[in-house]
Amino acid sequence: MATYSLNINETLYEVDVAQGTSLLWVLREHLGLTGTKYSCGIAQCGSCTIHLDGNPVRACVLQVDNVANGQKIKTIEGLSENGDHPLQKAWVEAQAPQCGYCQSGQIMQAAALLEKNPNPSREEIKSHMNGVLCRCGTYLRILEAIEMAKEQTNTTS
Amino acid sequence: MKNISKKAIAPIGRRQFLKSSGGAALFIGVSGLLPNLISCTDAKGMEGQFAKHDVTAWVRITEDGQITIYNPAAEMGQGSMTSLPVIFAEEMDADWSKVDVEFSPQESDIYGSPGWQPGTKLMFTVGSRTTNSYYTVMRNAGAQARYVLLHSAAKHWEVPLEELTTGASEIMHENSGKKISYGALVPYLTMPETLPDFNDGGLKDPKDFKLIGSLIPRTEIPQKVDGSAQFAIDLRLPDMVYGVLERGALHGAKPTLNNESDILAMDGVLKVVPFNYAIGIVASTLEAALAAKKVLDITWSDAQASGFNSQEIYDVYAQMASAPEKGNTVNEVGDVDQAFRTAAKTYEADFKNDYVYHAQMEPLNAVVQVAADGQSAEVWVGSQQGPDTKLGIPDLLGIPHEAVNVHLQYLGGGFGRRSMNDFVLECGRLAQQMAPKPLKLLWTREDDVRYGAYRPLTLQRLKVSADAQGNLSGFSHCVVGDGGNLVASGARNDHYTIPNQWVEWREASHGVRLKHWRSVGHGPNKFAIEAMLDEVAHDQGTDPVALRSKLMADSPRALATLNKVAEISNWDTPSPEGRAKGVAFVEHGSLGTGVCEISVNRNTGKISVHHFWIALDAGVVVQPDNVKAQMEGGIVMGLSSVLKEQITIVDGQVQQRNYDSYALLRMQEVPDSIETIILPSAEHPEGVGETATPMVAGAIANAFLKLTGKRLRHLPFTPDRVLEVLIG
Repeated sequence: MATYSLNINETLYEVDVAQGTSLLWVLREHLGLTGTKYSCGIAQCGSCTIHLDGNPVRACVLQVDNVANGQKIKTIEGLSENGDHPLQKAWVEAQAPQCGYCQSGQIMQAAALLEKNPNPSREEIKSHMNGVLCRCGTYLRILEAIEMAKEQTNTTS
Repeated sequence: MKNISKKAIAPIGRRQFLKSSGGAALFIGVSGLLPNLISCTDAKGMEGQFAKHDVTAWVRITEDGQITIYNPAAEMGQGSMTSLPVIFAEEMDADWSKVDVEFSPQESDIYGSPGWQPGTKLMFTVGSRTTNSYYTVMRNAGAQARYVLLHSAAKHWEVPLEELTTGASEIMHENSGKKISYGALVPYLTMPETLPDFNDGGLKDPKDFKLIGSLIPRTEIPQKVDGSAQFAIDLRLPDMVYGVLERGALHGAKPTLNNESDILAMDGVLKVVPFNYAIGIVASTLEAALAAKKVLDITWSDAQASGFNSQEIYDVYAQMASAPEKGNTVNEVGDVDQAFRTAAKTYEADFKNDYVYHAQMEPLNAVVQVAADGQSAEVWVGSQQGPDTKLGIPDLLGIPHEAVNVHLQYLGGGFGRRSMNDFVLECGRLAQQMAPKPLKLLWTREDDVRYGAYRPLTLQRLKVSADAQGNLSGFSHCVVGDGGNLVASGARNDHYTIPNQWVEWREASHGVRLKHWRSVGHGPNKFAIEAMLDEVAHDQGTDPVALRSKLMADSPRALATLNKVAEISNWDTPSPEGRAKGVAFVEHGSLGTGVCEISVNRNTGKISVHHFWIALDAGVVVQPDNVKAQMEGGIVMGLSSVLKEQITIVDGQVQQRNYDSYALLRMQEVPDSIETIILPSAEHPEGVGETATPMVAGAIANAFLKLTGKRLRHLPFTPDRVLEVLIG
């Protein structure tokens, strides 16, 4: 066991876990940040997508040891104050989720795109989102939501 | 079904479920009992009612006008959390902006909808039955709630009930100009001596619907975009411990653990629990449980599936289809043998489909807490429920039904997998050993894939006869495979008028776990039927829509979907160079015809689907946008399974482990558009969750035939198989 301090959603958390523990289990089972989901554990589905220093990464393949050096971790719980990030609003507007399980990962993946490229093309969006699986098949509404949020961000900024 | 004593129904669970605030709950009696009305703050009174009567609470109203409606169905993305309360609110004339929705208790004798047998009730979110089976239940209950409000206002104002009208949570008395909101009426609520059954008359005319058929955002979506929606996997309880099982890749094999003492010596490991088909580990943390699972040294026995090779079984199935003895009759119309004897031309083809896996994004899991004395249990689970809404836990623990309290959570996908509650029982067994600590059981993705319960592999031999005028005179469909209705559903043709038809099932058995998979047998069977029709049309030089149009002459609702989809897809206009369109019809409660437009990369064998059009008749549509979402999702899941998905078995061992070896359709592979037209109807609502998926294979195979002149007859249409067909 070892103690790690993690900078998550601009809050410092201390956690005692075994070395090498997956960041996903730390977030979900030790800290209760359960918006980040487990689905494959091998970085194939994107359900556990979070931001590490602004980049979208899969929490399931990160070890806690490697993210406890002041890196900024952002989870769906920290994406916006009241669930009102332009993407979250667009997601509701498009009625994108079905079961909803993959949607935190989808939104975090999309948020990282818009931060770097506020005006992505449809093909750029598809390529960027390709790593996040949705079994309910909501891809077209996710696309619609991202395009909606992109337009909204661009007209208000 | 077990006969449960009325008195025994747990008061605690239901008292808890209504505990959250004041106001009044309308308890509407079932089975002829008198209705009751009771204040939610009167805990004693409520308990008394629960103990005395088999009552149902569908709604709670508080003085501030807030209304809570209880949803009896599982929510797995199909929208029950909105559609059923909308139906209730429509008849109640509730102000939808003041409606909250919560899950009802899991008590099917109270909250069930009519089951498969007359007089039975079920809480079972399967077979696209939710809206279909609850429509009359929710309408009647909503109308009864409105009646109680009307009755109370009539008494309060001392006016005849017949002079009152309602609208958006208000009651009006036109003659006196009086008005009162539902919330303000709470202190004056009184119960009539009897309640009418509004299914006998008095429900709204569908043309007066304000909520049903309108665009209402789904109630649970905001929680699903901020990460707060709770799935069972998200549950954390004080003192909770974690369980995992190692099940092996050979279904049914028995384990012998060779290193139990090493495992027990590992950090955090609390217990090793042997199962007939697995080794269970309980640990204080999830990571400790998973670390121990990885180093288990297990010797596995043989099982029924030993020696079974899935891709080699088709030859055996083909021989079985050729055997002279007939199988189990699924459907018989006229005399198909006579039709073939007198036919001017006959056609025959074999269609095949490999195993597919559910791949719901939330792996199976549950949390169970057994009381220290072992006499009661709490269960948190995402389940499609079942004939036993307590999911087998009472029998497992040897305790009464009412001693188990099930807290239904959102399902991270169901697709049929969560109508099988093997994982709940596993969790119960481990939790029993750890009582009173709560235990969370997690299946890893590898567990979920390898110990899955698949849609069965089948071979289908279709034979068609045509008379001298080219009319179809006989249609014979022989399904060979394991699983009974799992392979036979959807093999009937109830909307094609063919005078002589024969459907049979020839049974195989391999010891591979099987289960309903979205649309069940309809996927493979509609593929075979629809592809076969186009093979005939191709040979006859007939247009596929024209052929179906003739066959649907006696089924105007089906025909309307065909005509409409032909119109919106511009069927008669040729596709751009290198593309072609294909059509397929499906009935699965609702009736739908789909058209897709595809292209094929002749170097790689990759099929791209560019557009999908659907015309759907689902009767009354409660939530049109949600129905479209179900069509979109159903098509995407269909595309994924038809183009990519495949479980293969070698010497009984499942070959796939995770999403790296079991590929699902991704964002870059979706069509440019999926367009759904819902045909207006005042008929009873039919299910929509499983109508789109079975269209996909037939529509693609038919477009492929038009584009290339070649026939795709084996699912999935992987690039390798497509290339083989193109070259062959």
